[in-house]
Amino acid sequence: MGLITSSIGQGLLWALLGLGLYLSFRILNVTDMTVEGTFPLGAATAVSLITHGVNPLLASLVACLAGALAGLITGLLTTKGKIPSLLAGILTMTAAYSVNLRIMGNKSNLSLMGQTTLFSNAFLKQLPQYFDSVVLGLIVIAIVTGLIVLFLNTEYGQAFIATGDNPAMARSMGIATNKMVIFGLMLSNGLVGLCGALVAQSNGYADINMGIGTIVIALASIIIGEVAFGELTLGQRLVAVTLGSIIYRLILLAVLQLGFSANDLNLISSIVLALCMMLPQLDKILNLKKPILKGVATHD
Amino acid sequence: MTEPILELKNVSTVVNKGTASETTILKGLSLKINPGDFITIVGTNGAGKSTLFNVIGGNLIADAGQVLHNGHDITHQGEVARTSFLSRVFQDPKLGTAPRMTVAENLLLATRRGQRRRLRFRGLKQRLAEFAQLAASMNNGLENRLNTATGALSGGQRQALSFLMATLKRPDILLLDEHTAALDPHTSATLMQATNARITEDHLTALMITHHMEDAIKYGNRLLVLKDGQIKADLTGAEKANLTPEKLAGYFE
Repeated sequence: MGLITSSIGQGLLWALLGLGLYLSFRILNVTDMTVEGTFPLGAATAVSLITHGVNPLLASLVACLAGALAGLITGLLTTKGKIPSLLAGILTMTAAYSVNLRIMGNKSNLSLMGQTTLFSNAFLKQLPQYFDSVVLGLIVIAIVTGLIVLFLNTEYGQAFIATGDNPAMARSMGIATNKMVIFGLMLSNGLVGLCGALVAQSNGYADINMGIGTIVIALASIIIGEVAFGELTLGQRLVAVTLGSIIYRLILLAVLQLGFSANDLNLISSIVLALCMMLPQLDKILNLKKPILKGVATHD
Repeated sequence: MTEPILELKNVSTVVNKGTASETTILKGLSLKINPGDFITIVGTNGAGKSTLFNVIGGNLIADAGQVLHNGHDITHQGEVARTSFLSRVFQDPKLGTAPRMTVAENLLLATRRGQRRRLRFRGLKQRLAEFAQLAASMNNGLENRLNTATGALSGGQRQALSFLMATLKRPDILLLDEHTAALDPHTSATLMQATNARITEDHLTALMITHHMEDAIKYGNRLLVLKDGQIKADLTGAEKANLTPEKLAGYFE
């Protein structure tokens, strides 16, 4: 039971990563590799600040801003610099590695041992084991999901959606699509930075390599959510990302129970994601029954 | 003499500048568009029709000459800035609408064409009745599909929606870039009639590129024949009324 609770807690904390990527990958239609650098950037920023005595909530918010800054750089590279977005993200991600090492004082691992973090809160401490992540994760996800839904239903948010859906039409309606792309990448990477900060505080350390594979984990949350729940409204889709993130953690738990080691996780993550993304194709070839797929969206 | 709403003075455009394949498309083209003009434009492929629209729309900045809007120089103003007074319907039904957004959401986007979009609630529900009425004017059942994702519409409905979006907030200039060309003859005729009704009733100033000679003669008050980047003929009144497709074809030689 404890392991399942732990997985759900992890799923909730990591869901922020999926939500961040959803904004760029699904709404803006950009595959943004920056997140592999932004996630450890958020972790390094928060942990470094906390070890210097900064309030953990403030440290987490600064981590969010640091992530947004990385998104700004990728956004400028791709819109003003006309570098293809995939490559722009890889450039920022690679550069972030050096920056992250600097932030962590040239150490590859920075511990939070003995420090006050968001998890040191008296209320969270009195909860049964692993429930602290579940509760904190739920609070953060509820706030972030609510804010995103509100935002997407504003005039500005609608212009943001239109930019990803049809940039030519958006421009012909007077929407400055470059600004929208930059803004979206900042928002997306801000959430990923915040996610890095939360996961680092949950783990008790920041590690320079903790970004490896994050894009696959984020995509897995998004795709598993879509495959499992089919056609939904935009708000429901965001909830599906969080549920997808939890399901993904439970799949990993099951795989670990089968005797695989934690070192195999990146391989397993990739296989899970590849299978999920190939489902529509496999369905065509193998003629799988529709109920198994529960309606993989056909129109987008 | 009324002041032209839009004027092109000696506009030239060059593609592939500084390379062996450098080509001048528009060659010192001048044009005065008066308020209320409905101008049909014909010409062979490569005559510069699309380039003319791109220069007017701001997608392409003229290499020489001037573009004036109500007397103000807008030669170097970009596409997004010009949307405050100009709108456009493209030939490809996929280009003019956001496929994953509903018909109503697309229309809502168009209500703020060229205006600031704020962090204010979009207010879709309050406008549904108005949108339904507007959609009904297209005579193709669009009003029953307001909450359908635009990607699921037929080409004709999508193009009708694009037209509505372009005219929902009154433009000073409306550019129709062969907007019925991708549709079957019947759908095309329906949309063309709805287009004409809207332009006439609202006294819109419009330019329409078409390859359909009958449409070019039948609609509008003025007809331009473009050839080799210049205006070969600018016909109005009786001259235009007495045209036949055969006579018109003569201008192409």
